[in-house]
Amino acid sequence: MVDPAPREVSTSSTDGSGPTSGSEESSRTVVDASELARSLSRIAHEILEANRGASDLVLLGIPTRGVHLARRLARLIEGIEGSPVRVGDLDITMYRDDLRRNPTRNPARTSIPGRIDDAVVVLVDDVLYSGRTIGAAIDALRDLGRPRAVRLAVLVDRGHRELPVAADHVGRTIQTAADERVQVLLTEKDGHDAVTISRGGNR
Amino acid sequence: MRHLLSCADLDLSTATGILDLAEEMQQVQSRPVKKLPALRGRTIVNIFFEDSTRTRTSFEIAGKWLSADTINVSAKGSSVSKGESLRDTMLTLDAMGVDCFVIRHSSSGAAAQVASWVRAQVVNAGDGQHEHPTQALLDAYAMRQHFRTVGAEGFAGKKIAIVGDLLHSRVVRSNVLLQHTLGGEVVLVAPPTLLPTGVENWGCQISDDLDPVLGEADIVMMLRVQRERMAGGFFPTEREYTARFGLTEERLAAMKPDAAICHPGPMNRGVEISSAAADAANSLVLDQVAAGVAIRMSVLYHLLGSDEGAVH
Repeated sequence: MVDPAPREVSTSSTDGSGPTSGSEESSRTVVDASELARSLSRIAHEILEANRGASDLVLLGIPTRGVHLARRLARLIEGIEGSPVRVGDLDITMYRDDLRRNPTRNPARTSIPGRIDDAVVVLVDDVLYSGRTIGAAIDALRDLGRPRAVRLAVLVDRGHRELPVAADHVGRTIQTAADERVQVLLTEKDGHDAVTISRGGNR
Repeated sequence: MRHLLSCADLDLSTATGILDLAEEMQQVQSRPVKKLPALRGRTIVNIFFEDSTRTRTSFEIAGKWLSADTINVSAKGSSVSKGESLRDTMLTLDAMGVDCFVIRHSSSGAAAQVASWVRAQVVNAGDGQHEHPTQALLDAYAMRQHFRTVGAEGFAGKKIAIVGDLLHSRVVRSNVLLQHTLGGEVVLVAPPTLLPTGVENWGCQISDDLDPVLGEADIVMMLRVQRERMAGGFFPTEREYTARFGLTEERLAAMKPDAAICHPGPMNRGVEISSAAADAANSLVLDQVAAGVAIRMSVLYHLLGSDEGAVH
């Protein structure tokens, strides 16, 4: 019974090297707070443009940091459109394809704001990596209703896809090596906004 | 987690984790598709050597909603009644590749005994007069929800009175152990003839007078007085028992404000609990039942969700 670890840890530790305490030292910031804010603002505009407004829009954040990003995007969209947009949380723990391989993790909250049938659902996550999280999220949505369309917004696309998944709205595309660890830090959870890259292993 | 045999197996973070996840699982009941894929491909056998509709059904539903294959084995008409030993029965089923046994047995310690024999994981769904951990968990779940509605968080400083036939109850020991972990204070109220041996070592206050306890308890949990015990000479008459230990209408009025009533069921209305108390606005009886499936989903997930509890 372990608290949910950041997803990047479990996915990048498949090479057998877990995160180390020394990895903090070698981390470098690739996106600072103002760049992060501009990226989110652009994503909010892109979502509205692609959807031709905020009608039928439902933003679903994937825990942990996707939830905070979805809330921020919802506020931004409200600021632009002047009307509230539905926002919720979609936990995908029970839909993960590596559930059995990892220690038990307690799922986070799922809260769906009303019905999602015929809505346009925008999944919001911090980092797009293997694509497995999004694959699980699409499976989870299938049990919750039938949206008219499902789109994906991520703050960082770091490549190394293992499933045919592409994001519709990307804050920043970052070239990474598989043993690097990309971490999105958000004020709500981490005290400040940034995107950092660190070496995952100690080899 | 490998097995759930006793509430003593649960540390604070595990117990809290089970209660927290149960809250999430309760939401599944209102979904269009009442199914989560977490236990796909797992086989759970509910083997009940004693009848219990509500426990067995809620375990079966819990397993199914988590996509496990659940199979009910009733001991009646099985090879047990043909004289096969418990060990042979369990080893036979174990050899079929079962992942988890949910077992109810009339002998105390049966679940732990089975766990020592089989490769599968074991959930104790009641063993004799010993333990019933999932009942204690769902009691705690209903209590926690109640505490929240009256603006309190957690069990610290809460007084939980458990009243009635403690001697023949498996619920009481599980509740005492669980509350010890969660931080609630348990007061046991029973006639001396219905106290289990060794109860003085449980670390609980013990009383044979309900009225003073009633004024300070945040939860009053009434246990069933089993009618078949009447012949045992544990108390003179049913009426005398009710007069001293029953939650009568007068005692209901004497309860602390914001206090709630629990009963693990089935209730003997008019004996240990009056209809006025059973149906009172502060009665959690139906909340306890409603929590049954969610708690059992959470327990099964904690046991079987990851391969770490399995033997390879």
